[in-house]
Amino acid sequence: MDEKIKARVMDSRKIKRAIHRMATEIIERNRNLDNLVIVGIKTRGVQLGKMIAKLIKESEGIDIPFGALDITLYRDDFLELETQHMVKKTEINFPLTNKDVLLIDDVLFTGRTIRAAMDSLIDLGRPKTIQLLVLIDRGHKELPIRADYVGKFLPTSRKELVHVRLKEIDGNDEVLIAEPNEIK
Amino acid sequence: MAFNHKHLLGIEHLSDFDIMTVLNTAESFLEISTREVKKVPILRGKTIINLNFEPSTRTRSSFELAAKRLSADITNFSSLNSSTIKGETLKDTVLNLEAMKADAIVVRHSCAGAPYFISTFCSSHIINAGDGAHEHPTQALLDAFTIRQEKKKIKGLRVIIIGDILHSRVARSNIFLLKKLGANIVLVAPPGFVPEELKRLGVNIDYNLDRALEGADIIMMLRIQMERQEKNFFPSIREYRNLFSLTGERFRRANKNAIIMHPGPINRGVEISADLADSVKSVILKQVENGVAVRMAVLYLLLGGKEREITD
Repeated sequence: MDEKIKARVMDSRKIKRAIHRMATEIIERNRNLDNLVIVGIKTRGVQLGKMIAKLIKESEGIDIPFGALDITLYRDDFLELETQHMVKKTEINFPLTNKDVLLIDDVLFTGRTIRAAMDSLIDLGRPKTIQLLVLIDRGHKELPIRADYVGKFLPTSRKELVHVRLKEIDGNDEVLIAEPNEIK
Repeated sequence: MAFNHKHLLGIEHLSDFDIMTVLNTAESFLEISTREVKKVPILRGKTIINLNFEPSTRTRSSFELAAKRLSADITNFSSLNSSTIKGETLKDTVLNLEAMKADAIVVRHSCAGAPYFISTFCSSHIINAGDGAHEHPTQALLDAFTIRQEKKKIKGLRVIIIGDILHSRVARSNIFLLKKLGANIVLVAPPGFVPEELKRLGVNIDYNLDRALEGADIIMMLRIQMERQEKNFFPSIREYRNLFSLTGERFRRANKNAIIMHPGPINRGVEISADLADSVKSVILKQVENGVAVRMAVLYLLLGGKEREITD
């Protein structure tokens, strides 16, 4: 899509700091870390999840089970999409029933992705609790969903785009606000 | 990514990219069937009709389960207990089903070209589940999926297809598909079963099974289709068994890691010995398992999304 970058709101240092802080909050809030499992939403939520799991391991010495979720098959706008999304694999190789699930995504916008992810998780088992972590909460929610851990609140307008780039996937760490160019 | 087809009528006109798209999508669907709740909501509200003018158990159940695991509604229509025996034409039957708002019709018919004919006047998505001796595209796709799963590649493999090639739509779809993906194919059967013209598809023909088996990676057995033998293509079952049945002794000529495939139903003791069919070298039941995932992928790719730009 043709677009122009308006602002670079986070760089590598800011992203790392936010992730560190959130990892600490997770450890504080979950007294029983042994019952915690992490599920990242593809694609960037998976990478963020790996980073969080690593920090918890370093700090507490606990290996948190880690899985990846593809929500394509649970989207509510599937029949309206102009192009088909490639279905990716859901890889959760542990039971979710009675677990405290920490769901991770890069950006919280309308909340519809999270709705789809929760439906998918509940089809896979019956978690004791589901918590949500996002790197960016950009506002404009359309569903009653909020995140338990937020890297950064970022007020945006509806037409703006928020891009989270992570080194392991995109080559560098940054969060950008962009705007689609007017079609002339 | 795009799978820009409205129908799946055969493999012949699919591109390599289309084939890979189906196989890769099926990869993601495989896991759903291993869940406790084997269902995802993606095709909720879609109506699919299984239209069978020929007996079918495996393919019909496989499509039925694939549709149900995607939350579509599916109903079976069989000519054996339907208005066809009361004299209704194929066209009228299909128009009636279309009037019931079927989004997709999965057709099996004994006449080659029947699914194509239906697609010329029906606005639903048409999926060929086997038409005469023409094509059986989802079988070839699930066979390719299974080969890729076992061998991690298809290009360069030596594939031996043994049996009633002449009457086999499975063989034809597999030849189209495996040639596109770069396999070397040898057809093996008594001369009456392998017309020379098939060489035009870029395959080799051998009338000697023992010779053909040397160095084979994939051994694909076909059933002798008794119901299609109008003429005598071979003298007797016993002679066929002596010359073309896959036995443990013969199998040793193939590559060490060769696998045995069969689209089913198998005739134990005719084209394949019972102990081989049950051995670890046989991936026959893997094919059945993969069939559901591949058909889920096909239904998803055809029925998913808005009216897309369709190229066919």
